[in-house]
Amino acid sequence: MKSMGATQEEYYRGVRMIRYDLVKELAIALGAAGLLGLVLAAAFSSPDVPQVTIATWAQSDPLDFVTTAADELAGSTTSAGYGNPYNTAGEGQSWGPIGPQKWFGTRIPIDSANAFVIQPLQRASFSNANLASALKTWQDSDADQQGKWLDAYSKALPDATVTDGNVAVVAGDYGPLPVMMANLLGIAQAGALDGLLVSGGHFYQTDYTQPLLFMGDGGYLSGLADQAHLTGSQWGMMNETGSYPGQTWLWLYTMWYQVFPFTSDDGFLGLNAGNADLGIIILMTLLTTALALVPFIPGLRDVPRWLPIHRLIWRRYYAPRRSSASRIEAPQL
Amino acid sequence: MAVATSVESAGSSQPESASWTLKLRQAIDRHLPMDHLLPDRQPYFVGSWVYVFGVVTIAALVWVVVSGVVLTFMGPQWWHVSGVGRFFNSLHFWSVQLFFIFMVLHLWGQYFMAGWRHGRAATWMIGVVIFGISVLTAFTGYLSQQNFDAQFIAINAKDAMNGAGIGVFFNVLNFGQMYGLHVMLLPIGVTALVVAHIVMVRTRGVVKPIDAEGGAQS
Amino acid sequence: MDTPTTYFHWGFILISTPNLLVIAGMVVLFAIALVAPFPHAEADDDGRRN
Repeated sequence: MKSMGATQEEYYRGVRMIRYDLVKELAIALGAAGLLGLVLAAAFSSPDVPQVTIATWAQSDPLDFVTTAADELAGSTTSAGYGNPYNTAGEGQSWGPIGPQKWFGTRIPIDSANAFVIQPLQRASFSNANLASALKTWQDSDADQQGKWLDAYSKALPDATVTDGNVAVVAGDYGPLPVMMANLLGIAQAGALDGLLVSGGHFYQTDYTQPLLFMGDGGYLSGLADQAHLTGSQWGMMNETGSYPGQTWLWLYTMWYQVFPFTSDDGFLGLNAGNADLGIIILMTLLTTALALVPFIPGLRDVPRWLPIHRLIWRRYYAPRRSSASRIEAPQL
Repeated sequence: MAVATSVESAGSSQPESASWTLKLRQAIDRHLPMDHLLPDRQPYFVGSWVYVFGVVTIAALVWVVVSGVVLTFMGPQWWHVSGVGRFFNSLHFWSVQLFFIFMVLHLWGQYFMAGWRHGRAATWMIGVVIFGISVLTAFTGYLSQQNFDAQFIAINAKDAMNGAGIGVFFNVLNFGQMYGLHVMLLPIGVTALVVAHIVMVRTRGVVKPIDAEGGAQS
Repeated sequence: MDTPTTYFHWGFILISTPNLLVIAGMVVLFAIALVAPFPHAEADDDGRRN
């Protein structure tokens, strides 16, 4: 560490110095990088697969939409049973005593059944007596009755028929559900649900938590994502739509989701598929810290000395002494 | 240097330690004189393309910022509806790819040169922090695209953020929050740290070859 | 470029052609940078020492 506090003059004392134009180098680099970027942009453009709206979802796959909406009422979707920060229905992830998902509480409260189904229907029931009466029947019934209707309806849905964008189930005791679902589907197909889910009483909107959670509960968006190799089990975070490169720099983070113990239900040392998100964030934090601390970690900091790659980079310095050629004489460092 | 001396002597009528301004200027002169910030000579062993990866990373960052400023000025929906907008988005996209490619090549190069030796550990550590913040900046950029990719990345990534407890403060489903971070705070962070990184490199100069003075850790 | 690309699957590894090209390109570029001669004008070296 003797050079720690040394000035550059002391550090380089006796070293042969050659002319080197840093500013010219930067200017050339700017031109080269800009030219390369321009050529790539002109030749390949950039990925832009259009967004999915709740309207396109309800139009393209009405059955998936209605099934998801019924599941929201039954409380069986991902968001309904999520836990923090949206609700208290789920445990959330933890590893031993480490459970940050629990620590921070329900900060973005979302009641899926109400937010995604009941409230939008209530707003739409204005001047729609049929829907208003169905909604009243639903709300006046006890949870037990609602559960029976939902159970019967959900069992009938897989055999439902879709005609002209409408979903029809065989006759049965579903209470007001078919009317509610037909209306919600109609509102969604018309594009009104897209607006209702982001409004939240505000005029200006920038927060899409509700519609994204709702779409995430369905099978339509994740089906499209699966085709594009974007899901978690497909290294999705480093992939991109079309034939474009993605966030390749996330390869290590994404890799952990594909290997033991994060793919296993039993896992190892309490780390498993159930708390993979937490485990991998902790692991990546540790690895990134280790990368930052490489200068101080014995072994890791010595690898460059053991590998001869530096001898290629500094081959002028390591070149054998040649007395006749003064320009590459051995340095007196 | 003659100027600095004359100013110092002019200020000597009062106790030298009294002027914070003078002390700051003297500290800058001592640690980073202009001939260190913009040297026209380098040690003769600086002669490999591996040294060039750092400057190309900076060049790519400049293009990322330039194209990003245009996109920000025109608003987040412009590039979906305008051919010119799409071109600037493409320039932004590919510049980001180049930025990361050359940043990682620079990291590989510095690792194999053990560039942290001789009092340069802080430079390496800030470099790692720049890499981390750049990943976060790119991630918020992907979330700000307003297309299918952004939608599914948000849905997919929320579980990681929520599982780690970060989702409460960093809601990937909130476009406004992600967009604000992407166009303002995070780029300022990356740029400021890159400036600090360059200043630290220039303050100490490039590191000597391995074994020039003992082991890699010396 | 908007048409879906080919994915390679080896064991747990699943990678798209463009991502593979980027990573392979980086390795190749690094290797070239290691061995390619760096241009230095003879005139740059006037034998001066610090």
